[in-house]
Amino acid sequence: MTPQARIRNVAIIAHVDHGKSTLADRLIEICGGLEAREMRSQVLDSMDIERERGITIKAQTVRLAFTAADGETYQINLMDTPGHVDFGYEVSRSLAACEGSILVVDASQGVEAQTLANAYQAIAANHEIVPVINKVDLPAADVERAKQQIEEVIGLGAEDAVLISAKTGLNVPAVLQAVVDRLPAPIGDPAAPLKALLVDSWYDTYLGVVILVRIFEGRIARGLRVRLMATGAVHEIERVGVFTPKPLLVDGLDPGEIGFINAGIKAVAECRIGDTITEERRQAAQALPGFKPSQPVVFCGLFPVDTSEFENLRESLAKLRLNDASFHYEPETSAALGLGYRCGFLGLLHLEIIQERLEREFNLDLIATAPSVIYRIHVRAGSVLELHNPADLPDPSRIERIEEPWIKATILVPDTYLGSVLALCQDKRGAQQELSYVGDRAMVVYRLPLAEVVYDFYDRLKSVSRGYASFDYQMDGYEEGDVVKLSILVNAEPVDALAMIVHRARSEARGRAICVKLKDLIHRQLFKIAIQAAIGGKIIARETVNALRKDVTAKCYGGDITRKRKLLDKQKKGKKRMRAIGNVEIPQEAFLAALKTDDR
Amino acid sequence: MSSSPLGLYVHWPFCQSKCPYCDFNSHVREHIDEARWRTALLAELDHAAADTPDRPVATVFFGGGTPSLMEPATVAAVIERIGIRWGFASDPEITLEANPGSVEAGRFRGYRAAGVNRLSLGVQALDDAALKGLGRGHSAAEAMAAIALAGAIFPRSSFDLIYARPGQTPAAWAEELDRAIAFGTGHLSLYQLTLEPGTQFHMRAERGDLVLPDEDTQAALFEATEERMTAAGFATYEVSNHARPGAASRHNLIYWRSDDHLGVGPGAHGRMTTSVGRRAIARHRAPETWLAAVERDGHGIKDDSLLTSDEAATEALLMGLRLDEGVSAERFLRATGQTLWDVVPADRIEPLEIAGFIARDEASLRATRAGRRVLNAVIAALTG
Ligand SMILES: Nc1nc2c(ncn2[C@@H]2O[C@H](COP(=O)(O)OP(=O)(O)OP(=O)(O)O)[C@@H](O)[C@H]2O)c(=O)[nH]1
Ligand SMILES: C[S@@+](CC[C@H](N)C(=O)[O-])C[C@H]1O[C@@H](n2cnc3c(N)ncnc32)[C@H](O)[C@@H]1O
Ligand code: SF4
Ligand SMILES: [Mg+2]
Repeated sequence: MTPQARIRNVAIIAHVDHGKSTLADRLIEICGGLEAREMRSQVLDSMDIERERGITIKAQTVRLAFTAADGETYQINLMDTPGHVDFGYEVSRSLAACEGSILVVDASQGVEAQTLANAYQAIAANHEIVPVINKVDLPAADVERAKQQIEEVIGLGAEDAVLISAKTGLNVPAVLQAVVDRLPAPIGDPAAPLKALLVDSWYDTYLGVVILVRIFEGRIARGLRVRLMATGAVHEIERVGVFTPKPLLVDGLDPGEIGFINAGIKAVAECRIGDTITEERRQAAQALPGFKPSQPVVFCGLFPVDTSEFENLRESLAKLRLNDASFHYEPETSAALGLGYRCGFLGLLHLEIIQERLEREFNLDLIATAPSVIYRIHVRAGSVLELHNPADLPDPSRIERIEEPWIKATILVPDTYLGSVLALCQDKRGAQQELSYVGDRAMVVYRLPLAEVVYDFYDRLKSVSRGYASFDYQMDGYEEGDVVKLSILVNAEPVDALAMIVHRARSEARGRAICVKLKDLIHRQLFKIAIQAAIGGKIIARETVNALRKDVTAKCYGGDITRKRKLLDKQKKGKKRMRAIGNVEIPQEAFLAALKTDDR
Repeated sequence: MSSSPLGLYVHWPFCQSKCPYCDFNSHVREHIDEARWRTALLAELDHAAADTPDRPVATVFFGGGTPSLMEPATVAAVIERIGIRWGFASDPEITLEANPGSVEAGRFRGYRAAGVNRLSLGVQALDDAALKGLGRGHSAAEAMAAIALAGAIFPRSSFDLIYARPGQTPAAWAEELDRAIAFGTGHLSLYQLTLEPGTQFHMRAERGDLVLPDEDTQAALFEATEERMTAAGFATYEVSNHARPGAASRHNLIYWRSDDHLGVGPGAHGRMTTSVGRRAIARHRAPETWLAAVERDGHGIKDDSLLTSDEAATEALLMGLRLDEGVSAERFLRATGQTLWDVVPADRIEPLEIAGFIARDEASLRATRAGRRVLNAVIAALTG
């Protein structure tokens, strides 16, 4: 057992791509957590999708043994966190399990929007922060500028910042030494009743439902009967272990330690993240503060391309949810798309990742409907309705007003691109809150309607700033909005899956653009097809797909029969991937494209 | 004995050169050991006869490739062997496909003597520039001479033209068609040029070097062709086939009506309705593979299996709706063992009927003129 004085719990936080996972690799190597042959870059990014995209999605914890300058061996519990704004929730949970953070700043980029957001979270969590300036090997590295920004923008002392290259390993041991020297050791009474924070839980093929815990008081060990304080459920601890990063079973965990348990829990849904685990016999008087449950902010419908795959989708969602408690889903029936699910996500990247994982890991072909935010509908009768699906909007006559969610966005951008970024925010109905300078970079704070950000904000921000702007946001309440439901009709039948809520000022342009796009994507058929956009019963745009003029095989004799039959069968299979609205076949791409339509 | 006719197809897979639009099982070889090929064809006929019901053959079709590159003696031997193995129904139709080159024309009398009584000429165009564009080895003059010669030698003849060629205007086609009709030939096959995957034309079109008339022009050409032929006394009895009264190809009608047919030679297909279902026979496509198989096993069969009832029904519709007479419920039942109206329920037919693409009575289902122009889409809608 490691004495508390020689335990350090630390989270690595940074902006996207500033090198957190690479630094974790080096730290694991230095402490001999893995043999050289077991090592690969960003070894903690274990999901295929993380490796391919080169980003961390899920926070990972490793226990390392570090021999410090004083000759003592310290137990370092290291948590690598994701940098992307959608996964801020992962960061906040990791912070709650640690006493301090390593704040990594890319020397060539300086402080970016998520550097700020994550640093503020760490400060709010009372963390001791070790600033680390990374990538000093790069020719574009500007250590002085990075230091200055840490001091001016974040307000942290940077004179003791550790200068490293996580890539080459330069000076990396100094990071561990700084953690040992500057971070406080955890404190907690081993004799008190158990008080452990349920930090995370997921499903592992080998280990089953794994629960990640941080012990604050008492001791957890095999055979102990524990109670989950929020749900009241009682379970017996079957296994206790730590990740080195390989799973390693241990006898128990003491105050200050982080590790995992298995406790005969079959479904991840049974463990509420942020809950406090105590003993069945000796209950802790008070639960830990825990954390707010994650709230999905973006919703979309997911439907199998092939309707017969619905069962597969249902099972896959359930399995995926075991690994990611932050996405939500509920059954949805669409006249156009059939049976599917309305799913809630932490943001657009999260949406994209879940969709991609469903397609790859579970072999599904999906149609996703346009992402929508949650509108609050104040109905005349006096009640308030949370609208997750535009198709469910009540009749306008019953609506008193509609409120839409707003965000507070922080954008850091080089001065040269400031003008275009401001124009973009303005175009997105934003209201400027602050504008300040950090060297040659501007920091703007804007309030924006979330719906506008969900639409194409990221892409446009990237293009107007040539990729130099960084962006972070927080939810910032609801406000009344002049929004309308835009319906798309095909041969006079409304297509529910194409309905969307848009700001009145944009509705006509959007409607026209979607009609034009659909006209391109819907191929000629036996009958003429009318594509219309409507707002509250009024048609605002119309396009026509003319009927097929000629489609007949010129020669078909004895030797052609087999081939022509197979061709027809193949076509029929392709048709399964289409959706029929009345007698019109709409290809899957039409649903996708409609939501990517540019209305400028 | 069944009342339906039995047709026999014989495939000759060789050509002098490969046409740039052609995706047929046709190959250019420097040397062909014709005696060896003749022996193999005869062997495969023997094998096929032993294995199929004892019924007289109503029609024979020598197709290709270019069957007019065969020695008349080979054609004679094949016809003779068919007579020995199956026997002929009364007044059999025996067609041979011929290219209009002068070499081939020299053999016409020999084919007639061998028993061929119908000649089908691949004329393709009546204009030298167009023939050149199609990569044909013969001139318009040679083609016209061959048409006249065929008319003189064979009791029945036909020729093929390809239209909707790059740059072809409706007026130019109308004029060419009038000249074609003027030969007095009883049967014409008029094909819209199709870009078949894998052909040179297809590649050129993908590169943008070859541009076919647009869909609207193609539709107009298609409709004008039928109108013109009708006015000249021809029935458009199939999508691309036009005949004066009594001149329809009886052999090809066997395919479209889902009657029974056997095929010998590389890549030849056969269909036979048996007591357990519709049998589909396919033979090796590559000439050398087929030849080796026949010499080894006595036949070149690659696949011999029963179609599922769905497959049989699809084929019957796919083929039958090409005919102006449509799919007869009685023939459909005979070929597939299924009731036409069960396979194609009323709710699928009705919208197409209302729109004027399909017509029906108790005995048959057929595509209208408008329906035939978009037949692929109509069939897709009917078969779900
Ligand atoms: N030149 C150089 N490149 C580095 C260094 N550290 C990391 N990188 C590169 O920076 C990129 C991002 O590194 P990661 O470790 O995945 O960054 P991250 O902060 O974990 O990224 P997210 O988890 O997506 O937020 C990779 O291509 C690394 O190879 C460094 O010290 N020098
Ligand atoms: C078996 S083929 C060829 C017969 C003979 N070898 C010849 O070329 O004259 C029968 C007919 O199909 C037609 N044909 C072949 N390829 C075609 C294409 N790509 N598009 C339209 N018609 C085609 C031609 O009219 C040809 O005469
Ligand atoms: S001659 Fe006929 S079969 Fe031979 S390549 Fe030309 S079109 Fe094809
Ligand atoms: Mg990472």
